[in-house]
Amino acid sequence: MNFQAMKSIYFWEMARTRRTLMQSVVSPVLSTSLYFVVFGGAIGSRISEVDGVSYGAFIVPGLIMLSLMTQSLSNASFGIYFPQFTGMIYEVLSAPVSFLEITVAYVGAAATKAMIVGLIIFLTAGFFVPIEVQHPVWMVTFFLLTAITFALFGFIIGIWADNFEKLQFLPLLIVTPLAFLGGSFYSIDMLPEAWQKVALLNPVVYLISGFRWSFYGQSDVSLGLSISMTMIFLGVCLYVVRWIFKTGYKLKP
Amino acid sequence: MSQDCFTKIGTLPEDFPVHMTPIISIRDLEKTYSGGFQALKSVSLDINAGEVFALLGPNGAGKTTLISTICGLVQPSSGQVFIGGHDNQTSYRQARRLVGLVPQEMPTVQFEGVRDLVRLSRGLFGLAPDEKLLEEILKDLSLWDKRDAAMKELSGGMKRRVLVAKALIHQPKILFLDEPTAGVDVELRRDMWRIVSRLRDKGVTIILTTHYIEEAEEMADRVGVINNGELILVEEKAALMSKLGRKELMIELSDTLPEIPESLKGYGLELGAEGRSLRYTYDAQGERTGITGLLNALAEAGLRFDDIHTKQSSLEEIFVDLVRAN
Ligand SMILES: Nc1ncnc2c1ncn2[C@@H]1O[C@H](COP(=O)(O)OP(=O)(O)O)[C@@H](O)[C@H]1O
Ligand SMILES: [Mg+2]
Repeated sequence: MNFQAMKSIYFWEMARTRRTLMQSVVSPVLSTSLYFVVFGGAIGSRISEVDGVSYGAFIVPGLIMLSLMTQSLSNASFGIYFPQFTGMIYEVLSAPVSFLEITVAYVGAAATKAMIVGLIIFLTAGFFVPIEVQHPVWMVTFFLLTAITFALFGFIIGIWADNFEKLQFLPLLIVTPLAFLGGSFYSIDMLPEAWQKVALLNPVVYLISGFRWSFYGQSDVSLGLSISMTMIFLGVCLYVVRWIFKTGYKLKP
Repeated sequence: MSQDCFTKIGTLPEDFPVHMTPIISIRDLEKTYSGGFQALKSVSLDINAGEVFALLGPNGAGKTTLISTICGLVQPSSGQVFIGGHDNQTSYRQARRLVGLVPQEMPTVQFEGVRDLVRLSRGLFGLAPDEKLLEEILKDLSLWDKRDAAMKELSGGMKRRVLVAKALIHQPKILFLDEPTAGVDVELRRDMWRIVSRLRDKGVTIILTTHYIEEAEEMADRVGVINNGELILVEEKAALMSKLGRKELMIELSDTLPEIPESLKGYGLELGAEGRSLRYTYDAQGERTGITGLLNALAEAGLRFDDIHTKQSSLEEIFVDLVRAN
């Protein structure tokens, strides 16, 4: 293993964030606060409780998940797209580095950054509502798995995309709606019967449900189902990445 | 840069017969791009350790494709490449450790700093940071003053130097320079030649591509000519020039000559402007150059001349001939 190379890529990617510190840290804090003002304050005052939890507290796990997913995805897709765009990718591809090492470094950095943002949101939310975490180990597990899975997904998008439109397209048109409809702001059983069935087709529902369960001990779907769906999604992403490396898809003409 | 900074890195296999085996060995390499375009047609080539090899060819000949395939950036359709005896696919780590690459295309990075970029390159090759070497290389490339500048603050020539620094920071035994002087100013071009010759003195093998013949003429030990994906010729530079080179004999006449006399028609002479010179072209390698006969014939025709001199055709002319013939 070329650990030095992985370390170099990882810290290179982390350093890139420092240049855009405002964007990376300040904006999630700001948007979370806005969510609390709008959803927790304005709307939440009319919805008193969901499943015995105050509405403000209820949306916290969903908000964290929402940021975790979108941030992992955009960090990773941009992280690997950027050197292809500038042409600097030649250096990584001609170095004695394996594809696995490249992936671990890029995905690791993207997931780390997203988790830092997730943590900031968690802490910010603590100022607005009382938060309890009933199952911390499961919470960390879902947190990690989601960050890694979506970073892998983003990594794939970043390799697939050959222009900025494509890079924005998938996250904007598919991932963001799925994330919003995934039960961040409501419980699935608040939906009409028919829509509940549709909602279960949305993989994000399982992530958010599992994550919320680790906070408040209640969920839309069972823990087992949540964790299995997460693992399946992770497995699919890993499989696609492996395929990309085997065929050299887009990276090696 | 000290001599040993280039020799301590990169491992050849224990039993590698350094003096008998080429440092790069390319066997029947073919590349057909996914669109169906065949960019390399069964290329076989050996590069000797320590030589400067110039790959010449017009635009689109396949020079970059060949280099990219050797360096692992392009997947070959068939064939093999050995670098220092290591297969560049199955033992890519060992193979790539020996190689530094300066690509043709300038990456469009903007905000990254010079030193950070060069440090990253060293890390990618699995080596611990070496600030002393970094300083040496940057100073050597006249980049030390710009060490903390962002790429966007640098001129095109300076950026190219950064690419060279990135390629050298892991102390490669083999350096690829893909069109190192395309579109750069005279100063940088001369600098690049100086860098190449110093690296060569240190024992680094250098493969450069160019379509400036003068560059090959100036720097190379051997020249390969590639056209339409085919390596049509590989030759010692000197041998190539004398083998294919035609020589010209210029005869400056004392008096104006209105037309070539009947007795001299058989020599294929060309009459220069104002009838004051005659040009005779002959094969420098030929059994008989025909010069003696020509001079006798001139005397018999009563032509007097002030001066005669010869001129060897340049690589440029040889090259144009070759490519046209193909
Ligand atoms: N990624 C690619 N896909 C398809 N064709 C390519 C690709 N890269 C290069 N080519 C084609 O292969 C030929 C050789 O290109 P190249 O190796 O860049 O030539 P050179 O470096 O000698 O100018 C050209 O005709 C070029 O259009
Ligand atoms: Mg080229």
